[in-house]
Amino acid sequence: MAKVSMTVNGKTVTREVEGRTLLSTFLREDLGLTGTHIGCDTSQCGACTVHVDGQQVKGCTVFALDVDGADIRTIEGMANKDGSLSVIQQAFQDHHGLQCGFCTPGMVMAAASLLAVNPKPTEAEIRHHLEGNLCRCTGYHNIVKAVMAASGQDVGSIAAE
Amino acid sequence: MRDFEFVKPATVADAVKALAADGAQPLSGGQTLIPTMKQRLNTPERLVSLTGIAEMKGVCKGEGGLHVGAATPHAVVARDAAAYYPALAALAGGIGDPAVRSRGTIGGSLANNDPSACYPSAALASGATIVTNTRKIAADDYFQGLFSTALEEGEIITEVRFPIPEKAAYVKFNQPASRFALAGVFVAKFSGGVRVAITGASNDGVFRWAEAESALGANFAPSSLEGLNLSGDDMISDLHGTGAYRAHLAKVLTKRAVIAAS
Ligand SMILES: Cc1cc2nc3c(=O)[nH]c(=O)nc-3n(C[C@H](O)[C@H](O)[C@H](O)COP(=O)(O)OP(=O)(O)OC[C@H]3O[C@@H](n4cnc5c(N)ncnc54)[C@H](O)[C@@H]3O)c2cc1C
Ligand code: FES
Ligand code: FES
Repeated sequence: MAKVSMTVNGKTVTREVEGRTLLSTFLREDLGLTGTHIGCDTSQCGACTVHVDGQQVKGCTVFALDVDGADIRTIEGMANKDGSLSVIQQAFQDHHGLQCGFCTPGMVMAAASLLAVNPKPTEAEIRHHLEGNLCRCTGYHNIVKAVMAASGQDVGSIAAE
Repeated sequence: MRDFEFVKPATVADAVKALAADGAQPLSGGQTLIPTMKQRLNTPERLVSLTGIAEMKGVCKGEGGLHVGAATPHAVVARDAAAYYPALAALAGGIGDPAVRSRGTIGGSLANNDPSACYPSAALASGATIVTNTRKIAADDYFQGLFSTALEEGEIITEVRFPIPEKAAYVKFNQPASRFALAGVFVAKFSGGVRVAITGASNDGVFRWAEAESALGANFAPSSLEGLNLSGDDMISDLHGTGAYRAHLAKVLTKRAVIAAS
C-alpha cells in the first residue's frame, strides 16, 4: 500500500491504495463517487471518463498512484453550485440524450472537454469527439443534439431522430 | 489484476535504476499495458511510471529534425507538432479517441510495436531515430516484426527524432470497432527520395514498400503506382478482412496518401 493524494471536485483527499488500484476503483470504492461508471473495464466504452488536470481520460485505464497530486473532476462535480443541472446536463435531459443513463456520466464529461476547447463544434466534430464513448440504448442522435444545444447552437440541422 | 509495486521517478537515470530489478517494467500512458495486465497477459512485479519525467516530454525543433519526447501524449503531439510536421501531428490526432490521446504516448506505441499501430509507420517512413537511454537506433533497424523491436531488457526510449520531409501524409482505414488501422500508409517525400511505410496489413508488422518507393521517387504521382501490386500472402487475414483485401487496401491508401501529400 502507498499513500495517494489528489483534489477531487475541489476537495483534497488522501488514502492508502495498492499499486493496482485504478482511478475508477479509487473514485467508486474509496471515495464512494459511484457516478463514474464501469461499462467494459477494457478501455473501450468511455463510461468511466473523468478529467485529470483538465484532460479527459478513461478512469479504468489509469492507476490512482499515477495521478498523485492531480486535479480530478467527475460527474459529481458537474452540477451548478446550487445543485441545479449544468447547461450540458440540462441539455441531455431536454433532448432525451439518455435512456438508461449508464453511458451518460462519460458522455457529459467527454462533451465538457470538447466544449472547453471548441465552444461551437460542428455535428461532425461532436461525433468525432465522442468516438470513444459508447451508448447501447439511446443511440447517438439525441446525444449529439444535446451537445449541440449545450453549445448554444440550433439543433434543427441534425439529421434523424 | 495482480498487484505490483508502483514507482514514479523524476529522471531517466532513476527510471533506469528502478528498472534494473527483476520483474520491473516501464509504464507510460498505460493504454496498452493496463488492459493487458487486467487480462493477466502481463504480470509485472514493479511498474516504473515514465509520466513524471520532464526530460522525456515535449516537442521541439532540434538537430536532424523534430524531437519528440517518448513520454509525450498523442494529444500533445497533435497540437505541438502541427507547425513543424503536419502529417505527424495529424496521425497523432487520429489515434483512438480523445481519452486514449490524453494518456497514450509515442514511446509506448513504438515500444509495443503493435502491427496495427499508427506511429510505427511514421517512424519508418520518416527514417526517424529512436533514442534510448543507451544508444540511437535507426528506424530501419528498430522494427523487428510483430510486437518485437531492437530494445533490450531494461532499455527505455527517451526520444524520437524525425527528419522533416518536403511532403508527407498518413492515410488510415479505421477498423471501425477498435479504431486501430485496418491498414495505414505513411508516405514521406524527401529531396533524396520517397519512403513508404505500411502498417496494419502485414503479419510481420510495419514494413516499407520498396517498389512503390522507387516508382514514386521517379514521379511523385498516384499514377506511378498503377502497375504495382502487393502480395496478400504475408498479410493479416482475420474477420475484418482477408490478406488479399488488405493488400489491395494498402495500395489504394498509398495512392490517397500521395494525393494528400501533393
Ligand atoms: C480504445 C483504444 C484505441 C486505440 N487506437 C489506436 C490507434 O488507432 N492507433 C494506434 O497506434 N494506437 C491505438 N491505441 C494504442 C495507444 O496508442 C497506446 O497508447 C499505445 O500503443 C501505447 O502507448 P502507452 O503510452 O499507452 O504505453 P503503455 O501501455 O504504458 O506501454 C506499452 C508497452 O511499452 C512499454 N513502454 C512504454 N513506454 C516505454 C518506453 N519509453 N521505453 C520502452 N518501453 C516502453 C511498456 O512497458 C509496455 O510494454 C489504442 C488504444 C486504445 C485503448
Ligand atoms: S469502463 Fe473504462 S472504458 Fe469502459
Ligand atoms: S443511455 Fe443507456 S447506454 Fe447510453
